Amino acid sequence: MTDMAPGTAARPEQPVFELLDVEKVFQVRPPGSIFSRRTVGLPALDGVRLKVRRGASVALVGESGSGKSTLLRVLLGLDEPTNGRALYNARPIGEMRRAGPAFARDVAMVYQDARGSIDPRMNVGAAIAEPLRHFGIVPPGEIPGRIAELLDRVGLSPDTALRYVSGLSGGQVRRVAIARALASEPSVLVADEAVSGLDVSTQAQLLNLLRRLQREMGLTLLFITHDLGVASYLCEEIAIMYLGRIVETGPTDAVLAAPAHPYSAALRKAAPEFSAPITEPLPGEIPSPLNLPKGCRFAGRCPRAAADCRDVDPELRSHGAGRMVACLHPLDAP
Amino acid sequence: MAAVTDMDSPTPAPAAATGPGRRSSLFLRRPFFTIALLATLAYVGAAVFAPWVAPYDPVQQSIDAMMAPPGPAHWLGTDSYGQDILSRIIYGARYALVIGLCSVLIGAAGGLVIGLAAGLAGGWVEWALMRVIDSILALPSLIMAVAFIAILGQGVDKVVIAVGLSMIGPFARTVRADVMQVRVQLYIEAARLMSIPRWQVIARHVLPNVVFPLAVQVTIRISEAILVSSSLSFLGIGVTPPTPDWGLMIAEGRGFVAFAPWMSAMPGLALALLLIALSILGDGIREEYDPKLRGGS
Amino acid sequence: MSSAALLEVEDLTLHRGGNRILDHVTLSLAPGETLALVGESGAGKSTIATALMGLLGPKDARIEGHARLEGQGELLGMPERRWSKLRGRRLSMIFQDAGSALNPCFTVGRQLVTVLRRNLGLSRTAARARALELFERVGINDAEARLSAYPHQLSGGMQQRVMVAIALACNPDLLFADEPTSALDVTIQAQIIRLILDETRTRGASCIFVLHDLALASQSCDRIVVLYAGQVVESGVTAEILEAPRHPYTAQLKSCVLEIGTRDLDPPEGSVGSYAAMPKGCRFARRCPRALPRCAEERPPLVPAPDGDRALACWNPL
Repeated sequence: MTDMAPGTAARPEQPVFELLDVEKVFQVRPPGSIFSRRTVGLPALDGVRLKVRRGASVALVGESGSGKSTLLRVLLGLDEPTNGRALYNARPIGEMRRAGPAFARDVAMVYQDARGSIDPRMNVGAAIAEPLRHFGIVPPGEIPGRIAELLDRVGLSPDTALRYVSGLSGGQVRRVAIARALASEPSVLVADEAVSGLDVSTQAQLLNLLRRLQREMGLTLLFITHDLGVASYLCEEIAIMYLGRIVETGPTDAVLAAPAHPYSAALRKAAPEFSAPITEPLPGEIPSPLNLPKGCRFAGRCPRAAADCRDVDPELRSHGAGRMVACLHPLDAP
Repeated sequence: MAAVTDMDSPTPAPAAATGPGRRSSLFLRRPFFTIALLATLAYVGAAVFAPWVAPYDPVQQSIDAMMAPPGPAHWLGTDSYGQDILSRIIYGARYALVIGLCSVLIGAAGGLVIGLAAGLAGGWVEWALMRVIDSILALPSLIMAVAFIAILGQGVDKVVIAVGLSMIGPFARTVRADVMQVRVQLYIEAARLMSIPRWQVIARHVLPNVVFPLAVQVTIRISEAILVSSSLSFLGIGVTPPTPDWGLMIAEGRGFVAFAPWMSAMPGLALALLLIALSILGDGIREEYDPKLRGGS
Repeated sequence: MSSAALLEVEDLTLHRGGNRILDHVTLSLAPGETLALVGESGAGKSTIATALMGLLGPKDARIEGHARLEGQGELLGMPERRWSKLRGRRLSMIFQDAGSALNPCFTVGRQLVTVLRRNLGLSRTAARARALELFERVGINDAEARLSAYPHQLSGGMQQRVMVAIALACNPDLLFADEPTSALDVTIQAQIIRLILDETRTRGASCIFVLHDLALASQSCDRIVVLYAGQVVESGVTAEILEAPRHPYTAQLKSCVLEIGTRDLDPPEGSVGSYAAMPKGCRFARRCPRALPRCAEERPPLVPAPDGDRALACWNPL
């Protein structure tokens, strides 16, 4: 996010992550062609700009097909951007990852499929010991003690170390995944839908855990989610994605109180809310990135689309305090 | 926000039924498995304690008791040389089990190396290895074993090697399939994300997840190895007489089926029972310990 | 509403593998009404729906109690032959994962036409015309072309629309919708819920939703039934229940719902736990902040409240 609070704007602080017009194009076979070897470019990310301050909590929100998973892979250095620059502490992420374990140690990941992210033939203790040993966090003799400490920090009893993920409940597995991510003493925690698909009470327990950890440990939290409620509970800042691009960013409360982009507004309205009638939903579905329209990519579904929207592709522009929006006719212009 | 910190509680242990400790005994749940296990143990016992269990010397010929039908002196009768069939079957269990186990281990080891190499290398290495394996798999393992015997010659050790080599193909194929499946698992990506070196990922995450299904395969394929080795003996190109090998015994009795059927039937029955027991055992182990079949996890 | 009820379920109890999965579930549904079964995973919500659809045979579970469908009489214990006459015609169901509920080998049009021909005895051309009309009704653009699409060629939202079309093909009286949108994006979720509500309303059909999202239930259903570990703890008119929940579990469930702008959550500790180790009495007693000594021992009956149209099973209500 660009210089979010007025207080921090004076201090030119180094962002942890900085994405400068990142593009990621995958070469795919066009649908329906079985025999042809011809491929076409599928732009999963198209001109993404994002700054993440140290210690910030940022929610990346988007529906399926918005490119948030690809953005995540770029941030983790698993995919190189096709164009543009993805920086971590002012150095290219790919370079940092190749340079040694320091990046991997500092940026930890909690997967949506927490169960699948842990080797089923390792017990919980061994799974947590792996990063401890690999990064040399503590001397070998102190590993069992540190495992117990980490389990305690995520609210699990120390004897969980002897169990296997197949015997744990969904909520417990997520806690184990968080403990494992924290083992390397990271400063950045990236979580991909870390609380989705759980019962509300379990989800609430985990959200509180994550919020507490983020505050106590001063973590930079990057939280990928589709749920605006989760974003508003956990993250101070929000970035809303649509079809491979960030369409709106800013402080979560401000953005959700008065969304400027019509897509953010539609997402906001679609979120279930007690005793509010179900609103007229957004028409249609997210189009394929293979045939993007010429102008604004949201124009086809946008209730406010004007003639110029179909010609001009809007850039992400400043929109009030700490906010940016990519729309020619934003709602509630300041 | 003070309330936030004190509410985070551990979820208590879920259903104890999912833990390994509380499941009802394997033997009660699987009666056939238990019977098969006991039968297999009986064969192993017979093989180990053959000198003490067998009533006669397996190669002692007796002119007075040639082709004696089953009776009190010779429970399963004698063969055309007057050798006691029961004793020969008991000693034969040694050959069957040792040949079966050793050849399967050779096949599994070879298959593991080739399958891992193919599954991990990718590219043309994988392509070349898999085409070789495909061409091997095009022939039944018995034909392969016959071909290897033709090169190696006869004898117990040669049979072990020939049968072992003939089984590399199927093992390599399943190992490769498992490697391909493990390679794309999220925990492999998670390890990669931690910048754990490739060889460590292979040793710590790929290998254990591939070796276990392989061990299950070994138990299932022992019976196949025994069958192939017995077939070689039956064809007269495996172990040499007077070794008390079941395949050989069946072959020897073939000419006398009309008037001394026990000569072939008894070792045949011994072979069949062992193969059935081993199959049930292998299936049971697979169903019990293979997470893919167990579902849920 | 007893005489006019479309469906009346009384003391539905279901055992599976030695565990009592449903424990004396009682609910009723008026014609044209929408009802939500809410609760956490393992509460037995989906089991109720599958049991009432006759999808659980004697091998799957032991079912006791009564379920009466208006004009049909007792459902439980019916032979499969009669169930299959009922399913699709009077009862139908929409599943959570439309992608796996549809047969991947046939075009969606053919699947819909098959249903129409078998249940309504339409000719091939009539069924095809009807299918086209249904596709248009459920908001499938370019319906003609989509009829000959295979399920995998459609998006999740489109697949769910096809499911809705198939489920409503024969104008059922009662539609079960088992988490129809939990696999979908939020904007698509709103579309599908609205579609189901609009379509059932115009046909005068009743609908039982199985939902884990209390907020969504409050938006879409007239009445709710709150379940905990196979027991009905509270039921009644949605607005009344959510306005002033009387069962401690309902209150907790409501307090865990995350809305935009929620600042603090106070979730209950622990989790539901194993069915094998349930207390004799109220199954929530172990986690209940208001539990009395008798709660774990004695099962509180589901009694209709004197005020308003609701029922409650609690010894120490709020």
